[in-house]
Amino acid sequence: MDITELTVHELQEKLKNKELTSYDITKAYIDRIQEKEKDVQAFVTTLEADALDKAKKIDEEMKAGEVEGEFAGIPIGIKDNICTKGVKTTCSSKILENFVSPYDATVVEKLNSEEMINLGKLNMDEFAMGGSTEYSYFKKTRNPWDLNKVPGGSSGGSAAAVAARMVPWALGSDTGGSIRQPASFCGVVGLKPTYGLVSRYGLVAFASSLDQIGPITKDVYDSAMLLNIITGHDDRDTTSSNQEKVDYTKCLKNDVKGLKIGVPKEFFGEGINEEVKEKLEEAIETYKELGAEVEEFSLDIAKYSLATYYIIACAEASSNLGRFDGIRYGYRAKEFKDLKDLYRKSRSEGFGPEVKRRIILGTYVLSSGYYDAYYKKAQQVRTLVMNEFNKAFEKYDVLLTPTSPTVAFDIGSKSNNPLEMYLSDICTVSVNIGGLPGISIPCGVDKSNMPIGMQLIGNKFQEGTILNAAYTFEQKTKFRENHKPTFRKGEE
Amino acid sequence: MAREDYEVVIGLEVHAELSTKTKIFCSCPTSFGAAPNTHVCPICTAMPGTLPVLNEKVVEYAVRAGLATECTISQDSKNDRKNYFYPDLPKAYQISQYDKPLCEHGKIEIEPRAGRKTIGITRIHIEEDAGKLNHDEFGRGSLVDLNRAGVPLIEIVSEPDLRSSEEVDLYLKKLKSILEYIEVSDCKMQEGSLRADVNVSIRKKGATEFGTRTEMKNMNSFRSITRAIEYEIDRQVDVVDNGGTIEQETLRWDEVSGKTFSMRDKEDAQDYRYFPDPDLVAIKLSDEYIENIKKSLPELPESRKQRYLTEYKLSEKDANIITSSKYLSDLFEEASKICNNPKAVNNWIISDISRILNETEMDPVEIPFDSKQLAKLVQLIDKGTISSSIAKKVLVEMFEHPRDPEDIIDEKGWVQISDEGAIKEVVIKVLENNPQSVQDYKAGKEKALGYLVGQAMKETRGKANPQMLNQMFKEELK
Repeated sequence: MDITELTVHELQEKLKNKELTSYDITKAYIDRIQEKEKDVQAFVTTLEADALDKAKKIDEEMKAGEVEGEFAGIPIGIKDNICTKGVKTTCSSKILENFVSPYDATVVEKLNSEEMINLGKLNMDEFAMGGSTEYSYFKKTRNPWDLNKVPGGSSGGSAAAVAARMVPWALGSDTGGSIRQPASFCGVVGLKPTYGLVSRYGLVAFASSLDQIGPITKDVYDSAMLLNIITGHDDRDTTSSNQEKVDYTKCLKNDVKGLKIGVPKEFFGEGINEEVKEKLEEAIETYKELGAEVEEFSLDIAKYSLATYYIIACAEASSNLGRFDGIRYGYRAKEFKDLKDLYRKSRSEGFGPEVKRRIILGTYVLSSGYYDAYYKKAQQVRTLVMNEFNKAFEKYDVLLTPTSPTVAFDIGSKSNNPLEMYLSDICTVSVNIGGLPGISIPCGVDKSNMPIGMQLIGNKFQEGTILNAAYTFEQKTKFRENHKPTFRKGEE
Repeated sequence: MAREDYEVVIGLEVHAELSTKTKIFCSCPTSFGAAPNTHVCPICTAMPGTLPVLNEKVVEYAVRAGLATECTISQDSKNDRKNYFYPDLPKAYQISQYDKPLCEHGKIEIEPRAGRKTIGITRIHIEEDAGKLNHDEFGRGSLVDLNRAGVPLIEIVSEPDLRSSEEVDLYLKKLKSILEYIEVSDCKMQEGSLRADVNVSIRKKGATEFGTRTEMKNMNSFRSITRAIEYEIDRQVDVVDNGGTIEQETLRWDEVSGKTFSMRDKEDAQDYRYFPDPDLVAIKLSDEYIENIKKSLPELPESRKQRYLTEYKLSEKDANIITSSKYLSDLFEEASKICNNPKAVNNWIISDISRILNETEMDPVEIPFDSKQLAKLVQLIDKGTISSSIAKKVLVEMFEHPRDPEDIIDEKGWVQISDEGAIKEVVIKVLENNPQSVQDYKAGKEKALGYLVGQAMKETRGKANPQMLNQMFKEELK
């Protein structure tokens, strides 16, 4: 048995039956990390020794019957913009290269109270800004399906690590597609929850009104389980919702009969790769066979989402990243003339080019004289987008789109063309603008054996609905059983 | 042209620290004077990933202030970010309120010599205070203390309705007393919990356009504010009279030289890039919420004053002085209740106590004795235990080395001499030593009696009972 092939719900079962110990599982993953990390480059920080110590301790506690957490002894990987007390949280930025958070994020507290084991912190685009993980200050993470291709981003380290079986599951964050797009590129499952479902306390802010933490997993059942762990109202985040807790695994009925699926035609238009379109059309057919009612409709407003997104996200980022000033923590320039010079040099040297680009964009759209034309207008469009989605959900339970217009692209092919890079978010950003839940699951591979992702969008707090739709599709199509990453070095 | 040819226009932005127990967005204590960086947490030091949670007490206190100054309370308000870099501002933005303040369109009444006047309150909004920079005197750099970062403030913005430093002084004192009455701020100016930005401009009398204004920031003493305004008016008149133009700039008042200095001009004006803070939800207040706060407001100075005029028959002037401070007002009412002599208590407060406060630049809150002790002082005079001249000395002692007036009298041996034999001895001695005065008195000069009593008081170092002295002199001189 290869432990790293198992899903978490399988691991959980074997832990319960005492077929496996936490140490067995943790050790298997650490061995796997040691084997694959040189190719995949998914981690900023690994915690081998700590993880093994904790696993041993939990095994002893389990023997003594002292363990309460349902997921005790299960390892996890955490995106490096989620604060972990005593462990570096770098956001893959030079400016936080040596930053150790004095506190745990709320989601990390939840993992800890389950007695889960942190395997390490996962690479990302600097401050979650990017769609390829090439903008990490430390390393470029590779796509396990083809090491010459990007894993997507910004949660590229999380998605690649799950795909490469270096972690059983992982936490990512999603501001404009940063969970779903890399999940799509790496052939795994990624869920962005409804805005407010998961506490943002301890998630280093990129765009506060859009950011959400969510699971990246091998299968849909695991996503439902990890979502169960991380949701819940948090007094420390006033934007977190008061929704009653739901057991999402109970929503997985393996049945979509009568489910109304809307397919917004604008998501299948210009710029969408033909093979992606084909696989999505096949998926639509599968849903029809499974008894869902599928209908095409127009979500015209969606075309404004990308521009709206980049205005709002950059505006908020320009303010959120002000605190990285070299005064209290983080990188400070070695030499400076005066205070202004300290700020200028520390930030110029500490931030990478994409972060700077977005700070400048955001500063511009908020500046006096431009605020109304950009930021205010974007907020108005945001309301319109929300209204359009509301209308769509009067008719449909789920919306179905590609997750990304293309499969994973070659490393270096877009990193010098920011606009083209921004376009890879085109299918995902409107979900963040609308504050809606969205899940990406694999729906096939293209001719070069690169995974293609399908996005299912739900109405607010209807995670259960999209998880069930995804689960039913997964049970039918069995992607994971049929396709595996090959770690090839370029197309043969 | 002379200064009289110009009209002075002044508007104030007053910052008052609210006396909530905890900070505005985290649960750190707000108390003053702790060791640097001991009242801090990941939130108020802006650690990555932290989020603010609005302290509901801050909203309540601001609404109280709004209602007490007759503002309209907004039921739909929000927090905005004001972005700028400075080491005392850990997030690089201050959470404040921009276009939807909690309170708007209020007013405060003042009574300058020229007659009653209404000063408009444009708005009151909530915001967080910044930390404090301590500049190292040995040139090793500056250190930041973030204890104050996140302490809640209200900013009270007046209309440009003020026309003189006298009006500014009265407005500030009235505002301070209101905030004290409603117990939202301790208004300790020397601790910086009440500070004002003063905007001054001048225009030719009769002009309708405002002149260019200058702003003096963070003023925290009534005396400096008056001095600074006077200086600034003279400076502006001087500039204009000499054909110059006033630059819009921020000034710093230097107390030592008595001058203002330019800190930054319009060119350096910052673009704060205000936008709604996405980390905080809108502040929605129900009618019921506002109504409940309205009901809980205590009696305000204006109403107390009216009551003092009728209930205690105080003069308008005395009632104004006493109600100017909640502390004085409470002292008056409580002491009067105990000693049952409001007239005497009133006299003590408006004369000796006010004088000492003035001389020592002490705030009424800092008076080191309580109403019981003041009442005792009055009772000691009423009972004849001490004379009123001794009482004045006792009061000085009560300020300098606070303790019960009886203890002071005992220690100092200041009990009044009311023994007939002892007083007679003194009277006879004084008569012998002042034959001229005796003659004068007998010749009909009533004033001479006063002189003789004065001499006797001097002889007894003020301890003789003055009524008894008077009577005995009259008898001896018959």
